[in-house]
Amino acid sequence: MLTLSRWKVTAVILSVIFGIVFSLPNMLPQKTLDALPGWVPHQKLNLGLDLQGGSYLLYEVDTDALRAERLTNMVEDVRTTLRNDQIEFGELGEAGGIVRVRITDPGKVDQAVSLLRRSIGGPLAGAIGGRDTSVANKGDGRLELSFVPEAAKADAVKAVDQSIETIRRRIDALGTKEPTITKQGSNRIVIQAAGESDPARLQAVIGQTAKLTFQMVDETVSQEDMIAGRIPPGVVVIPGTQPGAPPIPVAKRALVTGEDLVTANQEFDSQSGQAVVAFRFGGSGARKFGDATTRNVGKRFAIVLDGKYISDPRINQPLPGGSGVITGNFTPESAAELALLLRSGALPAKLNLEEQRTVGAELGADAVRAGAISLAIGAAAMFVFIILAYGLFGIFAALALVVNVLLIIGIMSMTQATLTFPGIAGLILTLAVAVDANVLIYERMRDEAAAGRSPMSAADTGFRRAMVSIMDANITSLISAAIMFGFGSGPIKGFAWTLSIGVFTSVFTAIIITQVLIGWWFKTARPKKLPIA
Amino acid sequence: MAWPLIRLIPRQTHFRFVKWAPVAAAISALLIAGSCVSFFTQGLNLGIDFKGGVAMEARMPTPISGDALRTVARGTGAHDVQVQDNFGSPNAAMIRFLPTAGGDAIAEANRVKAEIISKFPGMTMPAPSVIGAKVSGELLMGGFKALGIALLLMLGYIWFRFQWQFGVGAVVAVFHDIILTLGLLSVLQIEFSMTSIAALLTVIGYSMNEKVITFDRLKENLRKYKTTPLRDIIDLSENERLSRTIITGSTALLALGGTMVFGGPVLFPLVFTMTFGILIGTYSSVYIALPLILVWGVKRGDEEATPIKLGAGTRP
Repeated sequence: MLTLSRWKVTAVILSVIFGIVFSLPNMLPQKTLDALPGWVPHQKLNLGLDLQGGSYLLYEVDTDALRAERLTNMVEDVRTTLRNDQIEFGELGEAGGIVRVRITDPGKVDQAVSLLRRSIGGPLAGAIGGRDTSVANKGDGRLELSFVPEAAKADAVKAVDQSIETIRRRIDALGTKEPTITKQGSNRIVIQAAGESDPARLQAVIGQTAKLTFQMVDETVSQEDMIAGRIPPGVVVIPGTQPGAPPIPVAKRALVTGEDLVTANQEFDSQSGQAVVAFRFGGSGARKFGDATTRNVGKRFAIVLDGKYISDPRINQPLPGGSGVITGNFTPESAAELALLLRSGALPAKLNLEEQRTVGAELGADAVRAGAISLAIGAAAMFVFIILAYGLFGIFAALALVVNVLLIIGIMSMTQATLTFPGIAGLILTLAVAVDANVLIYERMRDEAAAGRSPMSAADTGFRRAMVSIMDANITSLISAAIMFGFGSGPIKGFAWTLSIGVFTSVFTAIIITQVLIGWWFKTARPKKLPIA
Repeated sequence: MAWPLIRLIPRQTHFRFVKWAPVAAAISALLIAGSCVSFFTQGLNLGIDFKGGVAMEARMPTPISGDALRTVARGTGAHDVQVQDNFGSPNAAMIRFLPTAGGDAIAEANRVKAEIISKFPGMTMPAPSVIGAKVSGELLMGGFKALGIALLLMLGYIWFRFQWQFGVGAVVAVFHDIILTLGLLSVLQIEFSMTSIAALLTVIGYSMNEKVITFDRLKENLRKYKTTPLRDIIDLSENERLSRTIITGSTALLALGGTMVFGGPVLFPLVFTMTFGILIGTYSSVYIALPLILVWGVKRGDEEATPIKLGAGTRP
């Protein structure tokens, strides 16, 4: 094993060059780095949020609210569908996730069932021809409609994907430093913003659903009816966004929704000088808006944002162009924010903030400094100890360790793996285990020399016999790293990455590099005795 | 010549490790009992990762008085306030508290933050970290699940590489290490956070590494000396790898020692746990894993070796 084969020497030289070239950007001042030509690697270690400071936000899609909303819509859809086909019905309502309706004309039950099966709900994602709603005939004209079990999950997944798109559009429009937005599990979204120690601005644009609807005000319902709770079916009472605004009754079904908006901008009203949000519908939205305003001239409609009305203007004339303005008590900033939210589209469901972590840049900088100092001291103590213990062979082990550190930093910079705070501890442990590989080899050599082998043969057998233990030890390390990677959250994943990269580089440096160094020493010094025997 | 120092370690030692196994077993049993008592009476000092809650960092251009900050923070009406001053620097402190159940934790955190800042001119605080009860519960479950699966996989690997007696011995020893480590964290009330799980996994990793190295040597000697009694082979293997254990252990402790002193308050719990783990992992290889194998006996050659009873009268 100690023969200096060409591939081993090449591998050692290449790895040293690789380690130096790829870890160098971390050691140069930024100015020098910028001045270097483009083909030189420029990537530095990718520090985790805990080291460079930043915000971590975990949102959960409110799937219960999503389901409740879909059920409400289902009730309204059943009402409209049956009315349009002139099928008489009663007892329409929703309870416990099931929509129930009773068809009063026994002769039309079958017709109603097939009609509802055709028109309620939508196609189920992932199942060809499948629908997300089921209609059951319970006899006596009673029908029960519900979502199939798969629909809830499909809805959540769709809602998360849509939310991520929407959040990205909103954040892009904010123009801050690019945060990363990732999906976690089936119904969660993680937003990580490096260097952002005040996530309030992010939360302001993410926390709002921004669902805009235009709903007709039901002027037949009087103030007294509302107080007494005499609300006709299909009508709902909603509060206003302004403090002190009276609640108003509006039709549950929206005339037009924000989905059809093509643009929204903050503008100033030409007469009052007030900040307003100007919007324009496109295509079918413009037609629907035009039709609705034509049909309802003289009536009032409410502009509703997330279940609260902003204003309830009277339609003075038809608006066929599909554009209009929203007035409210806006400041230029709040109008601009609403315009931004409307432009980037509504979230499909409310997002609840479940976790928020912030690390100030200064604490991060303290951490980096403390980590670097302790790493340097730990490494120095190890070098001194190992050289004291094993002499020349200790120097070889220390050299291998230096290459090991360069390789780990180089690979982590190149792959942009995240270095977290626990990752620094992982790095220290990796170095300790790397030394263990050398210790195992050297102790084996001493045993073999004591058993009467010649120095060359003892060294060679030492390497060969220690291999088994080194492999066993490193495989168990890899197992724990794999588990940490699979289960852990951010910082633990960083630890696992550092550990796994370290396992590979340690085996390489402790075995190949020391082998070449010792082989070269045998060739040049022709020793009669091992320095450690 | 004294250098290299390795020559100072005697070439051959003849410690009777096995002889002390009953004493060690008694000590371990006591420590485990103690750990369990502490674990079940005062429990672990769960950090906000696992308990849910609010943590926020405070900074001033001048040193912060921990007592003054504590009084103000308690005065805001927040529950279970903990203030850690001198957090990495005398000008920094960490404030933790539990939000009111069922309330808006983030709003409460912002209110407490504003109230504290108003009392300390010049103080800055980045946005508070808030972890909901739902997420923290899942994190804790996930953490322990990871520990369990790691143990099972390692048991599987050792079983595959050696024999089942070795696998069981190793896993019992590692369990011993985990219980004592958790016990120590509980007795000293050191904060148990997500990184503690990483530390525990490292403890398991290092301890397993020790067991594997020990077993490798034992397996080799079992093949070499087919007729020597098992207990003598265990003593022999231990003595043979003693210098390696001392050097590797010292190196690891030296490397961690620097971090323990200079690593700052965030790294300290992690490094402390790892340091203890290295000591306990080394101890349990010699005094838990090997004696267990001795009790169960091992397969040597073709026939099953008879288990040797511990205690007087069985000395060969």
